Amino acid sequence: MDRAQTDQTIRSLIEPFNKKGIEIADSTTFAGDLEFDSLTVMDFVAAIEDEFDVIISMNQQAEIETYGQLVDAVHKMQADA
Amino acid sequence: MSEGISQPDRPQVREGDAPDLFSKFDDLIAMREGLLASGQEDPFNLVMEKVLSPTRAICNGRDTILLGTYNYMGMTFDPDVVAAGKQALADFGSGTTGSRVLNGTYQGHRECEDALREFYAMDHAMVFSTGYQANLGIISTIAGKGDYIVLDIDSHASIWDGCAMGKAEVVPFRHNDLDAMEKRLRRIPEDAGKLVVLEGVYSMLGDVAPLKEMVAIAKKYGAMVLVDEAHSMGFIGENGRGVCEEQGVIEDVDFIIGTFSKSVGTVGGFCVSNHPKFEIMRLVCRPYVFTASLPPSVVATAATSIRKLMHGGNKRAHLWENSRRLHAGLKDLGFELGTDEPQSAIVAVIMPDLAKGAAMWEALLKEGLYVNLARPPATPANMTLLRCSLCAEHSAEEVGTILGMFERAGKAVGII
Ligand SMILES: Cc1ncc(COP(=O)(O)O)c(C=O)c1O
Repeated sequence: MDRAQTDQTIRSLIEPFNKKGIEIADSTTFAGDLEFDSLTVMDFVAAIEDEFDVIISMNQQAEIETYGQLVDAVHKMQADA
Repeated sequence: MSEGISQPDRPQVREGDAPDLFSKFDDLIAMREGLLASGQEDPFNLVMEKVLSPTRAICNGRDTILLGTYNYMGMTFDPDVVAAGKQALADFGSGTTGSRVLNGTYQGHRECEDALREFYAMDHAMVFSTGYQANLGIISTIAGKGDYIVLDIDSHASIWDGCAMGKAEVVPFRHNDLDAMEKRLRRIPEDAGKLVVLEGVYSMLGDVAPLKEMVAIAKKYGAMVLVDEAHSMGFIGENGRGVCEEQGVIEDVDFIIGTFSKSVGTVGGFCVSNHPKFEIMRLVCRPYVFTASLPPSVVATAATSIRKLMHGGNKRAHLWENSRRLHAGLKDLGFELGTDEPQSAIVAVIMPDLAKGAAMWEALLKEGLYVNLARPPATPANMTLLRCSLCAEHSAEEVGTILGMFERAGKAVGII
């Protein structure tokens, strides 16, 4: 899967969590722009983990602030797998 | 610094644009001020002027029934427990002034660990100064960098802090969700060290974990299992060893964490285990080594209380009667509760919002009833809860009185 496909998949996964319909760009932040609280983060991360069959620990999540960083991280995990 | 002068030596003027480190608390400060401005008694500033028994105190000048103390077995005024504490205070002094590994292990600390080993029928017991430190110490010491911790999202703060301190990879799963737990375990690299951390009873809603299934899953993936049984000791399981005993999996649990601050009725924490190398923990666990040990009077009261809990059958039965009656009574009154059936000695009453919850808490206090107000962010799903914990020393009559208070307060505040 190339980065564009990973992006496409994550974009569709984020939809149910993007309650305010914020426009998603690589620079969109989860805490600031999307206002995700800890429960939302857990559910959203679980959705990604299930889709890509990867694990994203809280330590890794702490490094990911923006949508673009998330796509990069998931893309890399798949490449490494 | 000039001694005895109340003014600082230098005026406290901060230079430049560096932010006040306290500005991150501004939202919380505003929220608190808003609550207090509405005429509310401060829920987090209650003073008990006199404590009359495990179930009654004078709070802010009022005779109050205590229904939020976690003093499940009512051991705090047990005559044998109090006598043991007095004797130890007289014989061994007011404190040890030292770490367990230096000058802080007295006869009483050993006897307390003996009592725990007998209570749990386990090979090893290690007493910490609090339950918070027991979780902090054990979790951070056994799961380090490169290891994985899989834990329930509703875990106690001491568990989260232990995870953070040890720098392991932390992987939470949805509360009590077997499927979510298994998926996460399955994806962890096979050769990585794995620890699963669970609680027997979750203190926010008073619900019990499906430990039988969870422990089996953890074992299937080669993980070690730690269960925090803080809210079950003394009254869940045939010998009061907790939910893991009741569900028949205590043999497969590697570590049980507990506290003396609830059923045991004093302060302190512990870990019991059958792991053959467990004793090395005493040398490598920093929250055990780098703090002073419990005072002799405290370990003496704890040991006496733990031994009495081994034979607490009648008290245990009465505690369950109280819990069932309060749960059924509140449900009949129309309150929304944390669990459909009573699963523990905690009955959580779900409030529609923080304002109503705070108003209800205050109305109950004015009726002469103390319960725990729990509010976001400490609560699951950002709920506001009035947490009630029963005591074996509540009389049947008191439970009736409590239900009357809930009915009047609930109607006054408009919740039922
Ligand atoms: C689940 C759980 N674990 C640990 C603790 C900490 O216990 P202690 O009060 O002994 O620090 C508590 C109580 O606050 C608790 O509820």
